Amino acid sequence: MIVEALFYLAGILLIIGALFSLVAVIGILRLPDLYTRIHAASKAGTVGSGLAFLAIALVSFDTAVILRAFVGIVFFMLTAPISAHLLSRAAYMAGYKPYDGTVYNVLEGKGGNSTKL
Amino acid sequence: MTFVFLVVILALIWAAVTGSFTLLNLLLGGAVSALAVMFIRDRVDQPYFLRRMGRIISLGALFFYELALSAWRVAVLVCRPNMHGQLRPAIFAFPLTVQSDQEITLLSNLLTLTPGTLGLDVSEDKKYLYVHALEYRDEEEMIANIRDGFEARIREVFEQ
Repeated sequence: MIVEALFYLAGILLIIGALFSLVAVIGILRLPDLYTRIHAASKAGTVGSGLAFLAIALVSFDTAVILRAFVGIVFFMLTAPISAHLLSRAAYMAGYKPYDGTVYNVLEGKGGNSTKL
Repeated sequence: MTFVFLVVILALIWAAVTGSFTLLNLLLGGAVSALAVMFIRDRVDQPYFLRRMGRIISLGALFFYELALSAWRVAVLVCRPNMHGQLRPAIFAFPLTVQSDQEITLLSNLLTLTPGTLGLDVSEDKKYLYVHALEYRDEEEMIANIRDGFEARIREVFEQ
């Protein structure tokens, strides 16, 4: 009974996780520039993969797998913001301008072939 | 830190002595160790351990709540037909009150995973964190949200 419930719960988590991953991809396709795209990739992507890991942990019934699934979640949460930060900062310093609809930019005029913002 | 370190070491010893490294046994060992170390907590010179632990848990809870909210908001935004009308990207400067590198790193990482904000860079004098926002409405309000939410709790966790 409990085992069956666990399987259903894991299935639901997998579906929700997959939907969030799909949304991340739609966001990357639809959003206008690199800075806004990174929002979709880092947030929805992290939640999507985190839920998939959680589903694995629920149905594995194996301590080693459960521990590794949780380590996987932690690593995703550690690395996703760092890579998002690195990519956006590097793009800004390389002179990639935010798109025209950007309403306010405190760094206006900075960046572009420089090593400091 | 001494407290957590002690508990982890004791839990590992517990698992070794009882001869099983299963998750349940490690958790049981951890619980027993935590109880044991709590009795001598004055001597491991961490009298505010429980208060600090509570703050770490409260920061973690806030983070998971904001992460779920954030993913949901991005999902709703990118699925809207009139996404470009809703979108108001901006880069603004957030005045930092936390000082140390660890606190700034933690704040920047947490911000990146929460609604509509992305840590872009830290100014050279560590006074400002440049943040990219997805839906920029009111600068005062956004700064106040970060200052009273994550930044305040991070400061609580790190203060001695």
